[in-house]
Amino acid sequence: MMAPAKKRNVSSVKSTQINVKTAKIDLSCKVESILKSRKHANDVFDILEFLQSEKEKDVVSAVSVCSKLFCTLLERKELFMGKLLGEEEALSGKCSAEEKYRIFMRHRYNSCVEMLLEHLSHEGYSVKESALCCLMKFAAAEGQHPLEDLDWSEHYSFPRELIQAVVERLLSKSTDNSLLISRFQEFLEMEDVRYYVMSSIRENVGKVMDKSKGAVVPIYQNNLFTLMSSISMPSQESELSNFMVKQEAKHEDWKAAKLNEHKRVFERMWLGFLKYKLPSSMYKKVLVILHESILPHMSKPTLMIDFLTAAYEVGGAISLLALNGLFVLIHQHNLDYPDFYKKLYNLLDPSIFHVKYRARFFYLANLFLSSSHLPVYLVAAFAKRLARLALTAPPSALLVVLPFIYNLIRRHPSCRVLIHKPNTDGEPVEDLYVMDEEDPAQCRALESSLWEIKTLQKHYYPDVAKAAMLINTPLSEQEDDISEMLEITTYELMERDLKQTQNKSIPLEFETATQLLKGGGDVLGQHFCLN
Amino acid sequence: MGKAPKKRSLADKVRKTKTSSEIKNNPFEVKINRKKFDILGRKTKHDVGLPGVSRSKAINKRKETLLKEYKQKNKSNKFIDRRFGEYDTKMAPDDKILQRFAMERQRVHDKKDVYNLNEEEELTHYGQSLAEIEKFNDISWYIIFLSHLAELTASHFGGGGGLLRRKTAGEQQQEDEGSQRAKSRQELIEELIQKSKQEKRERQVQREEAQELTEKLDQEWKSIQTLMVKKTPKAEHGDKKEEKPKLDEYDMMVRELGFEMKAQPSEKMKTPEELAREEREKLQKLEADRLRRMMGDEVGGSAQSQTHLSADDLNDGFILDRDDKKTLSYHVRDKEESGVEEEDGDEDNAEEEEGGSTEEDEDGHSDLDSEQESEDEDRIQENKETNAKPQKSKEEMKAQQEAAKAELPYTFTVPETFNDLKDLLHGHTPDNQRLIVARTQKCNHPSLGVGNKLKLQVQYIIETVWLSVGVHWRTAHTVSTEKLYALCQMFPEAACNVMQNVLRDAGHSVEEVLEVKGHAAFPTLDMLIYLKVTALLFPTSDFRHPVTTPALLYISQALTKCPVRSLQDVMAALVLCCLAVEYVSISKRFLPELINFLAGTLHLAVQDKTSLGYSVVPPFRPTGRNSNLLVLSDSESCKSWSKKSLPLSATQHLELKNDTDRDNHRLMCLFTCLDLVKRCCLLYKDLPSFPHIFQPIRMLLSKHLLAQTLPEPLQELHGEILEVIRSAPVTHRLLVFDKKKPIPLKLLTPKIVEVLDYGKKRGSTREERERERLKHKHKKEFKGALREIRKDTRFLAREKLNEVMNRDAERKRKVKELFGSLATQEGEWKALKRKKRK
Repeated sequence: MMAPAKKRNVSSVKSTQINVKTAKIDLSCKVESILKSRKHANDVFDILEFLQSEKEKDVVSAVSVCSKLFCTLLERKELFMGKLLGEEEALSGKCSAEEKYRIFMRHRYNSCVEMLLEHLSHEGYSVKESALCCLMKFAAAEGQHPLEDLDWSEHYSFPRELIQAVVERLLSKSTDNSLLISRFQEFLEMEDVRYYVMSSIRENVGKVMDKSKGAVVPIYQNNLFTLMSSISMPSQESELSNFMVKQEAKHEDWKAAKLNEHKRVFERMWLGFLKYKLPSSMYKKVLVILHESILPHMSKPTLMIDFLTAAYEVGGAISLLALNGLFVLIHQHNLDYPDFYKKLYNLLDPSIFHVKYRARFFYLANLFLSSSHLPVYLVAAFAKRLARLALTAPPSALLVVLPFIYNLIRRHPSCRVLIHKPNTDGEPVEDLYVMDEEDPAQCRALESSLWEIKTLQKHYYPDVAKAAMLINTPLSEQEDDISEMLEITTYELMERDLKQTQNKSIPLEFETATQLLKGGGDVLGQHFCLN
Repeated sequence: MGKAPKKRSLADKVRKTKTSSEIKNNPFEVKINRKKFDILGRKTKHDVGLPGVSRSKAINKRKETLLKEYKQKNKSNKFIDRRFGEYDTKMAPDDKILQRFAMERQRVHDKKDVYNLNEEEELTHYGQSLAEIEKFNDISWYIIFLSHLAELTASHFGGGGGLLRRKTAGEQQQEDEGSQRAKSRQELIEELIQKSKQEKRERQVQREEAQELTEKLDQEWKSIQTLMVKKTPKAEHGDKKEEKPKLDEYDMMVRELGFEMKAQPSEKMKTPEELAREEREKLQKLEADRLRRMMGDEVGGSAQSQTHLSADDLNDGFILDRDDKKTLSYHVRDKEESGVEEEDGDEDNAEEEEGGSTEEDEDGHSDLDSEQESEDEDRIQENKETNAKPQKSKEEMKAQQEAAKAELPYTFTVPETFNDLKDLLHGHTPDNQRLIVARTQKCNHPSLGVGNKLKLQVQYIIETVWLSVGVHWRTAHTVSTEKLYALCQMFPEAACNVMQNVLRDAGHSVEEVLEVKGHAAFPTLDMLIYLKVTALLFPTSDFRHPVTTPALLYISQALTKCPVRSLQDVMAALVLCCLAVEYVSISKRFLPELINFLAGTLHLAVQDKTSLGYSVVPPFRPTGRNSNLLVLSDSESCKSWSKKSLPLSATQHLELKNDTDRDNHRLMCLFTCLDLVKRCCLLYKDLPSFPHIFQPIRMLLSKHLLAQTLPEPLQELHGEILEVIRSAPVTHRLLVFDKKKPIPLKLLTPKIVEVLDYGKKRGSTREERERERLKHKHKKEFKGALREIRKDTRFLAREKLNEVMNRDAERKRKVKELFGSLATQEGEWKALKRKKRK
């Protein structure tokens, strides 16, 4: 199919040299002439030639011209419908001239589509974008004026092949298409496009991943994730109103018009994606959006259990993130997770105070530990472990952790022994808590006290010290609200302190400063010099 | 019928004549009210009554009031006495008369004197105003007056005088003048004019004469004054006259004394011991303040001692209350000078600070350029100095310095911009620079003039910026540190604002980077210097301080969010750690980020990173890129290593040529790190969780970073640290709540009922009782009133009856009279008739 075009290309290298503006005028003239009379049908080749030009501008203008030309032709139904014969065959065959023209044009149309698809992996973004838009216009036009025979009644008119091809190009294995995909998002608003895109993604994933034998294909998966995450599902059936192609008859029965079908396809798409091994950053990305934009739109969220448990086993930040999805499943779908708390307990390590998802983790941990049916040893273990870890936490985290521990003790009054154990004879004891023990039942937290909080009473940040002072007296009945403090950053703490200075005299240092490096214990001066 | 009143009136008469005691003792007058029961302790008022007396009283009263009213009844005219207080029975008659007199005087009082505030009446002497006499217009009158006065006093204190005679003479004269006036109008007027002119002339002459005379008298008086001392008041009028100058003299004396500066008790010169003791006490007080702030007690009064006292301070504790809030002694002075100025100044401050910060920003950008320049300058300057130095002996230096000192002008204008300051200080030796700065400060002292304060604040801001450059400009830092301190003492608020702005900007920029990238770069050298300066200027041990607390948070932010990527980063981090240790060295407060970071830094030096027994905290990672930064490339370099101070500039750019250099640097870093760990160990030794805090470091040092691989000094530190950690107590008492004071049981105060007498209603509220009482009173009054009314009517009836009876009696008498006269007439007529018959 490309052969004639290429020949023409070689023969008219000079013509591509002409300046773009005249070229554009030229092209639009040509289109008009083609549309006006069939005599000029061969000018199509010139246009297609431009489509293969090296200059981005030429290509873009050619694309726009193409879209105009073929959309009009599609509207006029001047393209051949039904099963297409080979060009030579058709020309030599004994069809009518009219038929021949249509077959010819159909072939040109096909080659144009082919080229546009090629352009989707062009370097220039403008080319990619215009090609994408043009293709989607074709898709819309094709949907309106189907090129296939619609004698088969169950078949709905939708350019599936075209969409499939576009998706295939979008999910490139070598280039990051995130920009183009975000442009594509606009088309995903249309229900039928979304539906068919989802189903073609699913097919595509299977194909590609099988080919790579389950190994990680980062760029492809990245593109895939970008595309998938940009799909925004409707939440109600009534929202399904924006269609690219209107089905004349049996619109109601069309799969693309049913929310359940959408959900099913969505679910299959994601499961198909998550079935394969993912790079760890991808894991995080998926888990971050999982509970919000994936689980609610699945018809059977429980199918995610495998994925989530696997993620929960990974450890570290991924486990933290998996918690959220698990929580939704446990909470809304009755998932029974053995040793859930034990794993949660083991998730606690110094890094939880420093990771980005700290707020989310504490929010969830607060929810998990809010049950009053938890055994005392477990709650005590959590409290003690958190307290121990608090020895390495920055002040912004401490302002969350301390109230968190207090809340635990408030909810489970039998844990009060952690901060108040009056019946001993005042003899000093060793801390019996075993930090390295993985089983909260065996860590002997209840035999210990929260000396760590006592230590934090000497913390340098006054608010933390004050919060730690609370264990000196019985805790109040009211639980502290930690939600406000969850997202606080060190800078916000700084701001708070900087703002507090109204109408008070500022204490000054009374030891006279003499030299820059002297003073304050002279630590700096001992190790550093000025030159 | 007519007898009863007669009798009563008789009784009244008798009663009136009798004294009250007589009446009381008369058993016929007294009526004893019999009591049913004798109640102990009850005082009875009405056991004895005098019915006769009270009746006559009542009757009299009625006669005065009711009877009069009755008589006035149906009469349109009536006589009302409107004299003041006529009907006021409460007023004593004397008072009445006095008041009436006063009112009379007031009425008569002249209306033109309305505005005369001291309502003194004009004193007169024979109708001449005394005030006028005292003006000495008319010497004759004056003399007369004085002679009268003398005579008067003489007559009062013995001896008579010709007062009367003289007086009459004076009067006669007046009378003569009066008689002449009986003339025609024209003549009169002419005469008047002529007379007035003549009088005028005469008066003038007289005045002159009088003046001469008085002067003469004065002089004569003075000459005989000494002789007159013992004389009786009979002495001449000269006596009185002389009083005036005498008084003047005295007044002058008094005034002089009044105006003279009172001698002030000067303060005793203090002995050196006393001075030392005072100094010590002051320091102790400051230290106590600091400790209190460290414990986080809220400062009760803001009258906290400001450390800075000016040389001029009277030390009398005089502080205006209004200013207590936020001023130093200087502010007080300013306020004393003028309040308006101060207000202006405040406003300006605000503006200035804004302006200052922007200026600072600009300078902040230009720092980078100027650093380079100034460095170059430094080198040149340094070269010059080093070249010059060895050639000069010490004495020469001294002489030169003195000469330079002498050359320096004594006044400087405050530099307005950074460049001005640079110009000002350029080309002087460090000592001279210090002198210049000191002089600038002195001659622009806030107490010396308007706007100086403002200028100095600008200077402060400039200098803060300058300091960040000054690090490179080596010679300057000592000067600027001292001066910064002094300025900060003067303007704590401005200093605080500047530092806060610096911290806010720095914190904000880090935050912004964090939001985008998740990690940030270590603070630059100028920020490190700012942090150090903060520690120098403000107390680091306060529980909460507007500057040092944010500064600590900034350090914490840097230590948790900035990953170590190069040896320069290690250097910056170590400076930060040093600062952190300095910040908490006094208060010994716990800084977890510091321990984490030191452990992480030591982790960088661990060679074998498998099977760690500890966990490193972000920003460090157990393994990966940059996690071997401090691992020595050649273990032999330990031997060649020797300790030396690290330059601060190494945090910006570090030039290490070969591996040995790099290894030396690494060892130096390790040494610093270990030293800091040791300091931390000592600081936090008393914390209950000390072993747990240092557990990672202990594991690291004992298992992974073995002492044998380190040079000698490091081995020592290594050993010391492990020793401290090992020796820390492992056991602690279990936690119990603080012992509270037991809350006392609720005590119920017994209910006390006020009155406990039976028979009366009890238990009612106060209002009810009051109501009850009023009801009773009303009833009583009502009854009394009824009784009175009845008595009144009875009285009136009696009066009416009296009237009627009187009238009847009169008529009877008249009728009788008439009958009598008629009878006599009849008799006479009959007798005449009989006579006729005869």
